[in-house]
Amino acid sequence: MSMSGAAALVLATMVAGVLLAVAILCVAVRIVRGPTTPDRVVALDMLSLIGAAAAGLAVLVSGSTAFVDIALGVALVGFLAVVAFAGFIERGTIRGDDTGDAP
Amino acid sequence: MMAWIGAGFLILGAAVCLVAAIGVLRFPDFFMRMHAATKAGVAGAGLVLIGVGFAVPSFEIAIKVALANLFLLLTVPIAGHLLGRAGYIAGVPLWSATRKDQLAGVLARGAFDRPRPDAGVDAPGDGGGR
Repeated sequence: MSMSGAAALVLATMVAGVLLAVAILCVAVRIVRGPTTPDRVVALDMLSLIGAAAAGLAVLVSGSTAFVDIALGVALVGFLAVVAFAGFIERGTIRGDDTGDAP
Repeated sequence: MMAWIGAGFLILGAAVCLVAAIGVLRFPDFFMRMHAATKAGVAGAGLVLIGVGFAVPSFEIAIKVALANLFLLLTVPIAGHLLGRAGYIAGVPLWSATRKDQLAGVLARGAFDRPRPDAGVDAPGDGGGR
């Protein structure tokens, strides 16, 4: 039996949503497990990419094309967060040791 | 026809995203996890967005999808590069089976205050199980 294009799109959206949910679970396990701060920041980067993909799927689920802009915004926020965390890690003031030069 | 192409791109992109997330979970070393997140991650998210562009055929969406892909391709490698450099300088431990450290002597490498003696390096084949 043959499938119409619209039905195939609905099915593909559901399958992609399930795959992205499993991906978010994997990344969440890495965030909880660590063991170092850079590991968690890498997992955060991956989480923002999955969030952008999920916002793209939300266009098809809701029918509102504004979610494409949300995907762009999520990617931007994730990039800025990773850059900020990289600065903190490189300077060493987020590790909680006594070598930081905080006043 | 466009809907079929869009459906294929959606499933392909979500599968690549899942592979990247499994890599982030199971690779034994911070630097390998960074490779999984930045390479496969940007490919997965970009493919899903391209699939949306095929599924909703309008000029506006196509332009926005192209811009989002360009932005991802520009920024994610920069973030990964910064993070790898910061992690190396902070002294994140390498995998125990690492044979060659080409950055040794190039970048100053600090000592990471680790909670456990071998934290951050999982046993080979163990895949990060605790």
